[in-house]
Amino acid sequence: MPATRPLPELVCPAGSLPALKAAVDNGADTVYLGLKNDTNARNFAGLNFDDRTAREGIRYAHQHERKVLLAINTYAQGGDISRWHRAIDEGADLGVDAIILADIGLMEYARRRYPELRLHMSVQSSATNYEAINLAQELFDIRRAVLPRVLTLDQVKQVIDHTRVEIEVFGFGSLCVMVEGRCLLSSYATGESPNSHGVCSPAKFVRWEHGSQALGARLNGILIDEYQQGEPAGYPTLCKGRFEVEGDTYYALEEPTSLNVMAMLPQIIDIGVAAIKVEGRQRSPAYVAQVTRTLREALDTAGREPQRFSVKPGWTQALSKLAEGQQQTLGAYNRPWK
Amino acid sequence: MRIPELTLPASMASLLGRLPATPPCWALVTTLNQLKKRDILPADMSLLAGHSFEVHVQDAGLRLGFSADEKNFKVASVGDTPDLRLSANLADFARMMLREEDPDTLFFNRKLIIEGDTELGLIVKNLLDSVDWSSTPLQRFMAV
Ligand code: SF4
Repeated sequence: MPATRPLPELVCPAGSLPALKAAVDNGADTVYLGLKNDTNARNFAGLNFDDRTAREGIRYAHQHERKVLLAINTYAQGGDISRWHRAIDEGADLGVDAIILADIGLMEYARRRYPELRLHMSVQSSATNYEAINLAQELFDIRRAVLPRVLTLDQVKQVIDHTRVEIEVFGFGSLCVMVEGRCLLSSYATGESPNSHGVCSPAKFVRWEHGSQALGARLNGILIDEYQQGEPAGYPTLCKGRFEVEGDTYYALEEPTSLNVMAMLPQIIDIGVAAIKVEGRQRSPAYVAQVTRTLREALDTAGREPQRFSVKPGWTQALSKLAEGQQQTLGAYNRPWK
Repeated sequence: MRIPELTLPASMASLLGRLPATPPCWALVTTLNQLKKRDILPADMSLLAGHSFEVHVQDAGLRLGFSADEKNFKVASVGDTPDLRLSANLADFARMMLREEDPDTLFFNRKLIIEGDTELGLIVKNLLDSVDWSSTPLQRFMAV
């Protein structure tokens, strides 16, 4: 019998204190959160943590022996980068278990100022190969890297086999498919994108039009999609819009689907993935509770009996209800390319 | 406790729709102000002030209009175009409040309709999500 691998950490999102508690109560090993400003990639009005709620959340998680990661995963914008430095200072002061960074300038700052602080490399860094990851380790002592959602399972294995840095992959949530950290679609339409302002397709540019036939979604005036009666809707991000291309109107870039790796859990454990991440800091405590509970059960089952593992219909049902566009995909993990 | 899949009968809507909406609206506004006063509702009023809201309980035929200033929520007639209108059936509103269902899920499924200022909608949604019922005497009733 092959040596059994340790189970990957289940890393769950928290946009609010109740969501954090829901993640902890339902079996997350780790929660990740952001501060109330543009230093994190879910900079939505009313979301995220201030000093009081962050302290209370960290206390709650640590009391239950879970870890807390602070995402400071946007790129410091020229002119005034003090906000980003302050966010790192705050993370160190709060006593988070690690900080998730994308910007190498900030990695340098964090490493220099807080030699003991554990650093993770964000998906927004767009590091898709082990050379990039090993370089970040050499320079800034990065302990974990989150891989963009563009690699096949074989490619993820390749990376893991060639680095000592822990590898985290996405397990469930809305897909930001293109090239995390490099997508400019939102900037094209609104002047603001995840890297610069911490949000894709900001709500202030979104307008829902309730016509008699269809629900229209406009982003800064640009019609992104129209949903007929009863047709499931999605977030009005440009990559998931329907566009007219050479006379055909269709999802030219990506269907509004959610990633769900449940079917691949035994392989993910087998290749030595250190952590599985759930997307969705912008979602409610109800979502966090349901996804965490379901993945906890699936992960434990896959760890116990990898050979006999199969996805239970109840799990699929629970997750498909929550998924954007109510479709699920294994994403790039099972693409045939090498 | 799970909320069953139900829609109020149309007769109810036509009956309720003819009653004045002021008492339920007053109850809603009073509750909001109480929750805010006790720091259970961590509302940043500067984000809400000057805006008008309408909660439309479709199957009950109820339209609850209110507005906010720097300090409080107030009963208000909001006219045809409030800054933000949230429409759903009673059971879905209850699911949302009891955290059985995620508002995004209801929105994807077209059970929750958001009209008006999208960012204001997000502020309100995130505000409701951030209420920590476990720190209140209400926690027994809320799915936390
Ligand atoms: S447009 Fe799509 S791919 Fe680009 S950042 Fe937004 S969600 Fe990601």
